[in-house]
Amino acid sequence: MPSTKLLILGALAIGAISVTSPATATAVPDSITLNQNGKLYQPFSFDHAQHILLIKECSDCHHHTTGTLVLDPNCARCHQNSSPTAVVSCKGCHSSTPFSPETLAEKRAHKERFHQDKMGLKGAMHENCIGCHKKMGTGPAGCQDCHPRNAKGDAFYSADRKGAKPAHAKEH
Amino acid sequence: MKRRNFLKACLIGGTTVALGKTNKGWASGSFEGYPEAMGVLVDTTRCVGCRSCEAACNKEQSLPEPDTSFDDKSVFEEPRRPTAKAYTVVNEYEKKSPGGPVYRKMQCNHCNEPACLTSCFVNAYTKTKEGAVIYNSKVCVGCRNCMIACPFNVPGYDYDSVTNPVIKKCILCYDTRLKVGKPPACVEICPQEALTFGHRADLIKLAHERIRANPDRYYDHVYGEKEVGGTSWLYLSRTEFDKIGFDTTLNNEPIISNVKDFLGMVPMVLSIWPALFSGIHLLSKHDTQQEHGHDTESTQEDR
Ligand code: SF4
Ligand code: SF4
Ligand code: SF4
Repeated sequence: MPSTKLLILGALAIGAISVTSPATATAVPDSITLNQNGKLYQPFSFDHAQHILLIKECSDCHHHTTGTLVLDPNCARCHQNSSPTAVVSCKGCHSSTPFSPETLAEKRAHKERFHQDKMGLKGAMHENCIGCHKKMGTGPAGCQDCHPRNAKGDAFYSADRKGAKPAHAKEH
Repeated sequence: MKRRNFLKACLIGGTTVALGKTNKGWASGSFEGYPEAMGVLVDTTRCVGCRSCEAACNKEQSLPEPDTSFDDKSVFEEPRRPTAKAYTVVNEYEKKSPGGPVYRKMQCNHCNEPACLTSCFVNAYTKTKEGAVIYNSKVCVGCRNCMIACPFNVPGYDYDSVTNPVIKKCILCYDTRLKVGKPPACVEICPQEALTFGHRADLIKLAHERIRANPDRYYDHVYGEKEVGGTSWLYLSRTEFDKIGFDTTLNNEPIISNVKDFLGMVPMVLSIWPALFSGIHLLSKHDTQQEHGHDTESTQEDR
């Protein structure tokens, strides 16, 4: 029977999130490369270790899935005594395709579920990171403060048009 | 009341005679929308005003290059409206509020009973079963009735194509995405998931649930659930909706009533209007295939 530690490592290693840990590997990664499949923005390294030192309560980000017990009273109604889950990575619960026909059909088939309104992966991470950074008054909150744009991103945002015409040029 | 009914009868009669067929749901009054209609819930409390949705729409709909880049925040100095070159715009409100500014994306709301559609005498508009209000430029005569009729002031007129009148507005990405079940481009790009795509009926429940779970975060109203008979785009807000640019004077009746009042001002034109436009339409299109003088089919496929 696999240990919890292995399960956690396995869950973290799935897909786009890669994990780097020192030789004395624990289940908790020190840094995580995010946005690996980004089309408009570059991948970047997230300093997990620093956040553990700063925040301490794992549940602030990981909800009821790991570490300290959940604090949010709304979650505690059900997860007060939840034991840590096998999957703790963001993408383990938050879908990267929250609005695909498949996801929508799945949701409709399980209307009894409480977590009907679960955010997708991109939304959940931005809300979690930027939300906390703004609340704490520290940490990056602008798009390129975390992930610089690539050339495709510059084209997408028509970066070369900046100030080409006054922003309020009349239509007619 | 009597005048209204009379006008309604005139309108339906006139259109039916002139166009051979009508698929407009005017008489229903309480049309709840198609049961499988999709929609988008805009949670303005999540929006950060990044304008990525504007950029995504520009690319998806192959719109002209913008006047300035999509990360230029100076556009927030003045409120903007959707145009033929930008089907969606994000505006900034509550600039000095202690809770920080509020951003609101606007575009066609894809009404359950679209005033643009009911006001159009050549059936250029179609409400699809997926909820999108789409538009066929091939039959449009450029009368701009829809621009006057729309309660949200949405359809834009493309002044660049003088000989071929083209009304332009958000089509809920019908051709490229909605038709095949994919979420609109603006929804997919939104980093904050301020835009939630799903069945309209589900989104209404979800919106009320968000309010219930976070009463401090939301003003207790879902804009678009009832307004003008309901719209496919729905909105949540932290404050009263009129503070962030919404028209809160609209009632829950479909806007066709207003169109009727507008047309009531020109009752004589009413009787000749369909014929007039059919005629102008024929002249302007020079379409040899339409020998019988009427476009009875809105062929959306050949857009
Ligand atoms: S918002 Fe205006 S343009 Fe869009 S469907 Fe409604 S009436 Fe038509
Ligand atoms: S739904 Fe499509 S057309 Fe409408 S605003 Fe979004 S991207 Fe533009
Ligand atoms: S992409 Fe989303 S967060 Fe950004 S401006 Fe549009 S709705 Fe707001």
